[in-house]
Amino acid sequence: MFEWWRSQLGPALIITRREVRDQFRDWRIILPVVALTIFFPGLMNFTAGQAVSFVEEYGAPIIGERLIPFLLMVVGFFPISVSLVIALESFVGEKERRSIEPLLSSPLTDLQLYIGKLLAATIPPLLASYLGITVYLIGVYIQIAWTPTPILLIQILLLTTIQAIVMVSGAVVISAQTTSVRAANLLASFIIIPVALLIQGESIVMFWGRYHVLWWAILGLAVIAILLIRTGLAHFNREEMLGRELDVLNLRWIWRTYWQALVAQARNPLDWYKSVLGIALSYRWLAGMMVVMLMTGFLVGVAQVNRFPLPTELMDLDNFDQRFMGVLNAWGFSSVAGAGYVILHNLRVIVLASVLGLFSFGVLGVIVLMIPMVMLGYLLTNLIMAGFASVAVATVLPHGILEIPVMILTGAAIIRLGATLVAPAKEMSIGEAVLRALADWTRILLGLILPLLIGAAFIEVMLTPFLTALVMGR
Amino acid sequence: MLETHDLSKQFDGFWAVDGVNLSLSAGEVLALLGPNGAGKTTTVRMLTSILRPTRGRAIVNGYDVVLQADRVRASVGVLTEQHGLYNRMPAHEYLDFFGQVYGLDAHQRKQRSDRLLHDFGLEKSRKQRIGEFSKGMRQKLALARALLHDPPILLLDEPTSAMDPESARLVRDTIKRLRSSKRTIIICTHNLAEAEELADKIAIIRDGRIIAQGTIASLKLNLLGPTEYELRFASPLNGTKITLPSDAEEVAHGEDWIRYRTSQPELVNPALLRDLLSLGLPVLSLQQLPHSLERVYLQAIQNSEKMAAANV
Repeated sequence: MFEWWRSQLGPALIITRREVRDQFRDWRIILPVVALTIFFPGLMNFTAGQAVSFVEEYGAPIIGERLIPFLLMVVGFFPISVSLVIALESFVGEKERRSIEPLLSSPLTDLQLYIGKLLAATIPPLLASYLGITVYLIGVYIQIAWTPTPILLIQILLLTTIQAIVMVSGAVVISAQTTSVRAANLLASFIIIPVALLIQGESIVMFWGRYHVLWWAILGLAVIAILLIRTGLAHFNREEMLGRELDVLNLRWIWRTYWQALVAQARNPLDWYKSVLGIALSYRWLAGMMVVMLMTGFLVGVAQVNRFPLPTELMDLDNFDQRFMGVLNAWGFSSVAGAGYVILHNLRVIVLASVLGLFSFGVLGVIVLMIPMVMLGYLLTNLIMAGFASVAVATVLPHGILEIPVMILTGAAIIRLGATLVAPAKEMSIGEAVLRALADWTRILLGLILPLLIGAAFIEVMLTPFLTALVMGR
Repeated sequence: MLETHDLSKQFDGFWAVDGVNLSLSAGEVLALLGPNGAGKTTTVRMLTSILRPTRGRAIVNGYDVVLQADRVRASVGVLTEQHGLYNRMPAHEYLDFFGQVYGLDAHQRKQRSDRLLHDFGLEKSRKQRIGEFSKGMRQKLALARALLHDPPILLLDEPTSAMDPESARLVRDTIKRLRSSKRTIIICTHNLAEAEELADKIAIIRDGRIIAQGTIASLKLNLLGPTEYELRFASPLNGTKITLPSDAEEVAHGEDWIRYRTSQPELVNPALLRDLLSLGLPVLSLQQLPHSLERVYLQAIQNSEKMAAANV
């Protein structure tokens, strides 16, 4: 394994060395790197010094304590922002300059080309970032004799490194899939916005002083980096890179591809339905994964009972059956309109989870589906602990029999949708693979999820409230 | 050395290359001719394993372009239509980089790049940045890159297109030298004189299909018919009737000349001259009328248009 990686890395480093040397010949890259490495940490030193003087004069020393590590993180992050520009340009820039073809005609493998470009975009900004951190730390030490704890320093270095890898791997995916630098820059919003939100989150964590949370950020980012690199490699295609000249929105092709996959060459509705069942069966491993995730969500809910106990007045169930039915009747819940509301609500959640899942390799979609299970675990445990086990069963079981399989199926379909980006089918463009996955998702939705949702909604509005009231009144 | 069977490529329902069959042995040069967009570049890209054939197969230096893509790429030297040079790099560094990519050791890289830079008259510019090179210099450097790893097969797209006559001659001489050292070469070009000078075989491609293929002589014979000859006399014949041998056919004649075509000039020409001299006619000259490759090319295109019209 080590030998294999060494044989791959050697040629990749040829690309890296050339590109890094080329970057250092371009003043448009050198200038911001130098500014962000030398001058910016100096500015941050000044800011830190001023903050310390301020808190010494007016109190509130905690601001200074938290600001200095926060600025350490900022000083590390700014130089790596340059990596985005380099990475976005990596493939599509060469394509625009027409220098990509000799490289694609060479015996380098896809992996070697990809890793070479990835390292070339990562290493110089990262070195600049480490240098910036060093300059800042020296400055702060000279000014106020502050040094970070070794753990904090490791966290910041790891965070900076992994953020650079995430940004670069995301940008290289974009660069390898677009036909112009302009298009790549426009699509960079998909990286800039999440990273901006991430930095804001990290800032809150650092001012809050909960530094252990940074480990979770590092872990999460490492997973995303691996998925992005996998995505980039899975979609790296010499032919697409050279053959595609224009980014044209071909609505007719989009519709045709989607429709063909949706109909799936079925001769009649029964034939089509059989194909839907075939897809559902092919999701059995994903469904198994989803069962584990939903159970985990449930257990997380159960674990919160002792931390956040329900106020005792909420557990007063005297005459609850009458009050409960009164409220439901006032809403008109137990009606066809009520069932329609439930169906629409559930569909909205499924669509939201699917959209989020598509752009997050399925992760956010699954989290959305886990949230109700966390709430369910919490509420049911509270009811059982208060001695109302039968009420707990009556409120969940009737419609849950249908809704829980819906959640499992939906989750499996979302994971499949998200996985399309990481592991697309062979001989397909990224667009075609996503359209086909979307068609499969639609087939599952129309063929299985929607009928189950309708059934569950009618049970939820017609049967569950009466059973609950019956059990409560007993 | 290089063989294709029914090599075809489809893009979005459009066949850019459709059923191309080629066969080249070591030391043979094929000129691939055709109008812009005919499918020449797509064919070359399939032969370098950048594009995957939709149908058919190609074997390059014994390797399958789909199954052994990396080996195919290592066996081929490509001069692309766009040279694809790195402007901020000096010439010697550029060659050194590609030498590394092709797995040459430091000594080989130095030796070969020095030789190629010398051969192409670029040694004085070896430390100059490529961005400062003229078009012709860039073309020569790109060609040097294609030759750097000493590939047995060369695919050259317009090798002399941007060059001055002196540089073009240098490149043509290089190609001839490579042919004699048993390299298999495909040249895509619009320069028919160059194709005629360098190629052993010609393939004319149009709308993705090979419409004519063979040696230059066979193509001339097949498309333009037997060779034409012109006989000139020192004075007008004043009505003297010239009887041509049975294997010759008269094309036209004038007061002091006659033009004929024959597929057996080695028999017809000496016999005719003998007859005329025995009759005491003042023969001034006998010369073969050139069948230019341009006429062959235009005739092939014309035939293919007629066939397309007939099919419609």
